[in-house]
Amino acid sequence: MPEMTYRDALNLALKEEMRRDPMVVTWGEDVALYEGSFKVTRGLLAEFGEKRVLDTPISENTIVGVAVGAAMAGLRPVAELMTVNFALLAMDQIINHMSKIRYMFAGQTHLPMVIRAPGGGGSQLGAQHSQSLETFFMHAPGIHVAVPATPADAKGLLKAAIRDENPVMFLEHELLYNSKGEVPEDPEFVIPFGKCDVKREGKDVTIVAYSRMTVLALQAASELEKEGISCEVVDLRTLSPLDADTFVVSAAKTGRAVVVEECWRTCGLGAEIASRIYENCFDKLLAPVERVSGLNVPMPYSRKLEKLCIPQVGTIVAAVKKVMNEKY
Amino acid sequence: MPEETIASLAVRRLSILDESGTADAALLPSFSDDEIRRCYELLVLSRAFDTRALALQREGRIGTYPSILGQEAAQVGSALAIAKSDWVFPSFREMGMHITLGYPLDLLFRYWAGDERGMHAPDDLNIFPVCVSVGTHIPHAVGAALAAKLRGDPIAVVTYFGDGATSKGDFHEGFNLAGVYRAPVVFICQNNQWAISVPVARQTAATTLAQKAWAYGFEGVQVDGNDVFAVYRATSESLEKARSGGGPTFIECLTYRLGDHTTADDASRYRPAVELEAWRGRDPILRLRRYMEQKGLWSEAYGKDVQQQAEARIDEAVHMAESAPPPEPGEMVDAACATLSPRLQRQRDELVQTS
Repeated sequence: MPEMTYRDALNLALKEEMRRDPMVVTWGEDVALYEGSFKVTRGLLAEFGEKRVLDTPISENTIVGVAVGAAMAGLRPVAELMTVNFALLAMDQIINHMSKIRYMFAGQTHLPMVIRAPGGGGSQLGAQHSQSLETFFMHAPGIHVAVPATPADAKGLLKAAIRDENPVMFLEHELLYNSKGEVPEDPEFVIPFGKCDVKREGKDVTIVAYSRMTVLALQAASELEKEGISCEVVDLRTLSPLDADTFVVSAAKTGRAVVVEECWRTCGLGAEIASRIYENCFDKLLAPVERVSGLNVPMPYSRKLEKLCIPQVGTIVAAVKKVMNEKY
Repeated sequence: MPEETIASLAVRRLSILDESGTADAALLPSFSDDEIRRCYELLVLSRAFDTRALALQREGRIGTYPSILGQEAAQVGSALAIAKSDWVFPSFREMGMHITLGYPLDLLFRYWAGDERGMHAPDDLNIFPVCVSVGTHIPHAVGAALAAKLRGDPIAVVTYFGDGATSKGDFHEGFNLAGVYRAPVVFICQNNQWAISVPVARQTAATTLAQKAWAYGFEGVQVDGNDVFAVYRATSESLEKARSGGGPTFIECLTYRLGDHTTADDASRYRPAVELEAWRGRDPILRLRRYMEQKGLWSEAYGKDVQQQAEARIDEAVHMAESAPPPEPGEMVDAACATLSPRLQRQRDELVQTS
């Protein structure tokens, strides 16, 4: 299998799907001529032309709204929001329309559309450009949410998202674009939504993570192994549908669980995951579920302070040690 | 260098049929006598629907309902120009459009009684469900128009909204994008001059709503919205332009909401009675009737017959709507996603078992 970056894997997924299906189009701010702010749409304009690769005016709500209309009219649009932070401008279209149009139209229409949005903190971009908003989208019924951690997952999940009849929020992590990994060449390599991936097997504690947090969790697991602690790392891959079965089975097996989330702790997805574990295998737990979360403050501009707000390998290691020493 | 004018705009206003029923022969659409009668009959049917819906709401048989009273010509006239292959994205106060295009009346009653299945359009009608959120369907219409353009479909998209929607970001963003990509879309504003209690003078300082289109690079035209011929003509021309690659047009139909905003409103609390009276005199149905009288197309007997036939159709539709079984609990889960996740499937099973 060739090795490629997360960025190139996404780009390849887009190209393969646009070659496969002429109804797949993409639009957003700076996606055509400039090839995307993070260069994920590189080469698309040259290959597919300006009918299928469109630069839009700066109007996020309408970038999504136009995709909703086009999807109902038979296209499979992949709309790019320059960053997930700008999705807040489009929340009316996302929550009031995209997520519930199928329901409100009595199931008459599918909505095969994807919104790609880079996000996450760690690049010193300040409070308004460093957010992790995944929980916002996970909260609403009717939207699928993908959060790939590796280049292979990025490719397989994006292809699945484009082929899905449901609207998908596809959340990419800005700090992962340059990460490398092996990616299957098979153009039919598609990763189904709603399936966690056990990225590392272990027996003492389960770490549940997603996106960049999975990468950090794997690093933490390697460190902990040196101290004789065996971690099982469950990568969620999609937040909606949420494959609770896999992480519940894992938590029941190890008896301990740490959930790592980049988003704010209050009402964050870690709370939902911990709750699912408690609901389904409370009697198998040896210790309370631990949450490692983003700090509940706007993201600081200062590099030093920003680091304190985002889970790090060290904080995950500390959380694992804490659950190892706790007992009910 | 001299200071010079580099752009200026002109806003046309189209009016064909005046309040006395006199028409401008040069502008009159070439309707046959039968087509004129059909026009009248659709206006009467739309009003009969509205009258009955208001009565049903008072009896608790349907939910909150937005009256179309006074706006029938803006709806029937525009819809008469729409081809079956065109796509329509309505707001929530265009039942006259639905009726004109042949949307089943019982489905309309079912929808307003709180049954989403009433918005499941028959396969031969490209009418999207009503959008209650103000103006948020404007981008959807633009998206559908872009899709049609990309696919090479020789159709146009029509979207309806009110004067209040012209203050929304969706309106500006949608218009802007439609202008940039010359989307085949016709924007129809029913300027009924009141957004609940806010008069149009509080929505905009502009002289017309139509002129807003010029800022986005396409034409805006104002028409007398109570003149069924003018609305038809403007819509017909705009649709033809859109279908033949000429891009979008904005039609402002200047009309008046003779009723309350919805059945949850009492417009007498904020609206001058004298204004209401003036607009009652401009009633779109009365105007067409006067024209037909002059042409010998209207008689008391004909008028009575049309009214009776409309009411008979409404009776039948209400009966059908009220005979339809209510939705089953499982259906609300079925329509939420294209495919149910295992958890949603379990929740559905529990719901069906316990209800």
